[in-house]
Amino acid sequence: MYNAYETNTLKFNTELCTGCGICLDVCPHDVFIQSGRTIQMAHSQACMECGACQKNCPFGAITVESGVGCAAAMMRAALTRRTQVSCG
Amino acid sequence: MSIDQNSIHPTTSQLILANRWDHILARWAINRNEHRVEPGLYALGRPAPESPVLVTANYTLSFDTLRSALPGVDAYILVLDTQGINVWCAAGKGTFGTDELVHRIEETGLKEIVSHRNLILPQLGAPGVAGFEVTKRTGFKVKYGPVRAADLPRYLQSYSTTPEMRRVTFTLADRITLIPVELAYALIPLLIVTILLRSKPAAAAILAGTVLFPILLPWIPTHNFSTKGFILGAVITLPFVLATWQRHSEFAWWLRSGEALAAMLAFPAVTAYLALNFTGSTTFTSRSGVRSEIFKYVPAMAWMFGIGIVLMVILSFVKA
Repeated sequence: MYNAYETNTLKFNTELCTGCGICLDVCPHDVFIQSGRTIQMAHSQACMECGACQKNCPFGAITVESGVGCAAAMMRAALTRRTQVSCG
Repeated sequence: MSIDQNSIHPTTSQLILANRWDHILARWAINRNEHRVEPGLYALGRPAPESPVLVTANYTLSFDTLRSALPGVDAYILVLDTQGINVWCAAGKGTFGTDELVHRIEETGLKEIVSHRNLILPQLGAPGVAGFEVTKRTGFKVKYGPVRAADLPRYLQSYSTTPEMRRVTFTLADRITLIPVELAYALIPLLIVTILLRSKPAAAAILAGTVLFPILLPWIPTHNFSTKGFILGAVITLPFVLATWQRHSEFAWWLRSGEALAAMLAFPAVTAYLALNFTGSTTFTSRSGVRSEIFKYVPAMAWMFGIGIVLMVILSFVKA
C-alpha cells in the first residue's frame, strides 16, 4: 500500500558488513533482514531515505542520500537555486 | 563534579488540562515553534540511580506523549534542545543529534546521577544520532526503543523491540490527526477564494487537497502523490463543471466548453499541488522520490493552473 516510489539511493556494501544488526534496530520499514549471521537488504524499495542505518552503521557499509525531504522546501531551494534545503 | 539536585526537574505521567489545550494549539499550528519544554534532566516518579534514562525532544507533544505513556514508572527523562521540534523532524535536521546528546549528558552530569551507562532513545531519533559515536565520546550505550511511546511499558520489560514496535505505520487515525495542520497552512488561500472570489469549486479543490486527500490516500489509485491529487481534484471538480454547464444553457456551446475546460485544468492542479506537499507529512516517502515527482509533475501543475485561470478571465470578459 505504501510504496510510493520504485527507486531510491540506498546502497549496501556486504563486504563491509559485520552482521552487528544495528540497521535492523533503526530501520522503520524493515528494509534489512537477518539471514543466519549475515544481513540482507531484503526490501530496498520500502526505504524512505531517512538515513538512520547509514548514521548508525559503525562500519560504513550503508550509504543513502538522506536529508530534508519536504516538497515545499525542495521547490523553494530549486527556485532560489540554493543547494541547501531546510524546512520550517 | 558536584551535582545540584535542584537541576533535576520533577515531572509526572499525568496530563493536565493545560497540556491538552497546548496539544490542540500545536495540532492547529498556532504558535508553531513555541510548544517547548525546558531542555535538561527530568525525574519521572521517584527514579533511583539504576532507573532507566529515556531521551526525547523538547517539543511538548513529544515530551508529553513519552511521560503519559509511563504511568507508575520511575525513570529519568533527558530532554534535548531541538528548538521545539519533534524527534523525527529534529533528527532529520540533526538537532536531535549526536553533538546535542553528548552535550546534554555532560551538562546534566548524568554520569554522577545514574549508576549504569545505558540510554534509551526513540527509534525515530536514529537518523540524527550515531549510537556508536555517543558511546565513544561519553561511555553511554545507546539503545533504540520502540517507534511509539505507547510500546515503552512492554519494551521496558525486556529491553528489546519486536518488529511491530520498530515499524512505522500511517493509519487512518494518524492521517486524520494531520488534517488541522494541513488546513491551517491553506487557510489564507481558502478564505480568499471563499469570501473574496466566492468560488465554490476553488474552495472544494483546496479542501480536497487538505482534508479528503489525507483520509483517502491509500485508496486513490496510482502510487505517486501528484497523480493521486490530479485524480481526486478532477473527481471533485466534475460535479461543479456539470452544474455550471446545465445552469448556463443560454450561452454558446464553445463558451460553456471553455468554462468547463478552464475549471478542469485549474482546480485539479491545485489539489495535486496540495497532495504533493502532503508527502512531507507521511511516514514513507523518500527524498529522491519526492524530488523526481517535483520535476515530473510541478511544471504540468503550473501550466494547467495558469492556462485555466487565463481562460477563466478571458471567458468572463466575453460573457460580460
